[in-house]
Amino acid sequence: MIYLAVSLIAAAWLAPLVVVVLNSLRTNEEIAQGSMIGWPQHLAWSNYAAAWSGFCVAETCAGIRPYMLNSALVTIPATIFSTLLGAIAGYAVSLWRFRGDNWIYGIVTLGLFLPQQMRLLPWTIVLRDVGLINTLTGLVLIHTIQGLSFTTLFCRSYYVAIPHELIRAARIDGAGFFRIFWRIILPLSGPILIVTVIWQFTHIWNEFLYGVTFITGQQQPVTAALIALSAAVADIPQHGVQSAAVIIAALPTLLIYLLGGKYFVRGLTAGAVK
Amino acid sequence: MSNAATMRPGRPALPEWVRRLPEYLMIWVPLLLSAAHLVSFSLWTIWISFTPSTLVPVTGWVGLRNYSAVAASRNWQIAFDNLLLFGSAFVLLSAVTGLILAILLDQRIRGENVLRSIFLYPLAVSFVVTGTVWSWLLNPGLGIQKLVHDLGWTTFKFDWLIDRDMAIWTIVIAAIWQSSGFAMALFLAGLRSVDSDIIKAAQIDGAGPVRTYRRIILPSLWPITITVVVIQLQFAISTFDLVRALTNGGPGIATQLPALVVYDLMFQRSLLGRGAAAAVLMLLILLAVLLPYAAWRYIQRRRAAHA
Repeated sequence: MIYLAVSLIAAAWLAPLVVVVLNSLRTNEEIAQGSMIGWPQHLAWSNYAAAWSGFCVAETCAGIRPYMLNSALVTIPATIFSTLLGAIAGYAVSLWRFRGDNWIYGIVTLGLFLPQQMRLLPWTIVLRDVGLINTLTGLVLIHTIQGLSFTTLFCRSYYVAIPHELIRAARIDGAGFFRIFWRIILPLSGPILIVTVIWQFTHIWNEFLYGVTFITGQQQPVTAALIALSAAVADIPQHGVQSAAVIIAALPTLLIYLLGGKYFVRGLTAGAVK
Repeated sequence: MSNAATMRPGRPALPEWVRRLPEYLMIWVPLLLSAAHLVSFSLWTIWISFTPSTLVPVTGWVGLRNYSAVAASRNWQIAFDNLLLFGSAFVLLSAVTGLILAILLDQRIRGENVLRSIFLYPLAVSFVVTGTVWSWLLNPGLGIQKLVHDLGWTTFKFDWLIDRDMAIWTIVIAAIWQSSGFAMALFLAGLRSVDSDIIKAAQIDGAGPVRTYRRIILPSLWPITITVVVIQLQFAISTFDLVRALTNGGPGIATQLPALVVYDLMFQRSLLGRGAAAAVLMLLILLAVLLPYAAWRYIQRRRAAHA
C-alpha cells in the first residue's frame, strides 16, 4: 500500500522531466501531429545540435551556447568570490570578534529577506554610474554582494561550533588573522564550503530577474534566453528543439544536485532554520 | 616596545594598524558593502516612492499619491487578490503534500534515498525551466488535454491555462511540484527528531500507529510547520520567474502577481515612483508575515532559555 502510493507520487514528480527528455528526442513535426506527451518514433538527436548551436533567438542564430557561456561566466566567479568572502566574514564574526560585529552581522542577514524588487532601481543606477550596465561583470558584482548574506550566515553558524581555545592558543603562538584562517579554519571547512558553493551556484545559475533587467540581447544569461526563445518561436513552435534547450539549460544544476545531493539538502535546511 | 625587538634590523617597525590593514580590509569591506547596500537601497527605494519620478528619479514630494494610484489600479488589485489565493492555496497544499510524503518516507521503506531525491530534484531546476515545462503540459492544444483527446476521450477538458478564472491554479500546480520536496525535507527531519522513547511508551500503552501520529508525533511538528509556512509564503510573495515563464500574467492580466506589477511599472511603463511604491507594498506584505514570525521565534527562544 505504502509502496503503491509512494511510487505513484514519485511517477507524477518524474513525469515532467520524462516528458521533456522524450520530446527532446522527437522531431518538431512529430510533436506537432500528436501531443507533447509521447514516445519518440526514432531518436532525433539532431535537436540537441540545433539547440546547442543552431536555432535563432532574435536575429542571431547561434543556439543556446553563447547564453550558457554567459551564465557560466557569471555563476562561477560570483560563486567563488561570495563563498570566499563569506567564509572570511563568517570566521571574523564568529571566532575573531571585533567591535560592532553583532550589529553588522545582523544587518547583513536581513539581506535574506529583502525582496529583489526593493533593490532593482538602485542597482540600475549604481551599475550605470560605474559603467557596468549590460555587462556580465555587473551581474558578478551583484551576486557577490547579495550572496554574502547567505554565505556569511552559512559559514558563521558552522564556525561557532569550533572551540575558541583553538584560536586562542594559535594567537598566543603569534599567528595572525590570515594565518589562522589558512592553517586552522580552512582545513576544517570542507563540508560547509561544499554546501555554500552548491547553494550559491544553484541560485545564481537559476536567477532570472536581474539577468533580464540589467542585461539585453547577446549578453543575457541562459534563463533569460529561454524566455526570449519561447517568445521568438511563438508563431512556429519548435518543441523538439526547445525541449533540448531546456534540458541543456537545466543540466548544470541537475548534475550538481545528483553529485552533491546530501550537501544540497543540508543547504536547504540550513537556510530554513535561520 | 617589545615588538620592535623581534623585528628584523634595519627596518622601521610598522604601526600596528598598518600591519593589520589587510585583515581589516578583508573583514570590513565586504560586510560594510553588503550592509550598506541593503540599508541605502531600501531607504532610496522608499524615498523614490514618495517622489513624482517617472522616466528618471527626480526630487519632490507627492506624499502617498503613488501608493493610492497603485492601490487603485486594476492591475494591482488583481495581483493582490491573486496573491491571497495563490499564497494560501499553494502554502496549504504544499505543506500537506510535504507532510504526507514525509510520513510515507518515514515508514522505513526501501529505496528511501532514491524517492527523496525524486521529490527534491525540482528544487535544483530554475523556475524558468519549471514554468516552461508546465506551460507545455498544461497547454490544451499540446499537453495533457491533447493526449487524452488523441486517446479517444474527445470531450475531456483541462484548459485552465487559457481559462481566466482557473489560470492562477496552474501556477499553484507548478509551484507545488517545485517546492513540496522542501517541505518534505523539513518535516522528515522533524519526524526523525521525535524522541523514540515517547513513541515506544505510547505503543506499549496500546496506541496504534494512527493514534501515535495524531496524539504524539504531529503535535510536536508545530514549530516546523510554522517555519515551512513562513518560508513558502516568502516565496509566494516574491514569485516572478515562474509566472513569467508559465502564463506571463495572462490570459489578459488574470495571473498578475505583485512582483510582475513592480516590473511592469518600473521597466515597461517607466513610472519609477509608482513602481517603487508597489515594491514597498510588497515589502510591507512580507513584513506582515515575517514580523509575527520573528516575535514568535523570540518568545520561543526566551522560553527555551528559561526552561
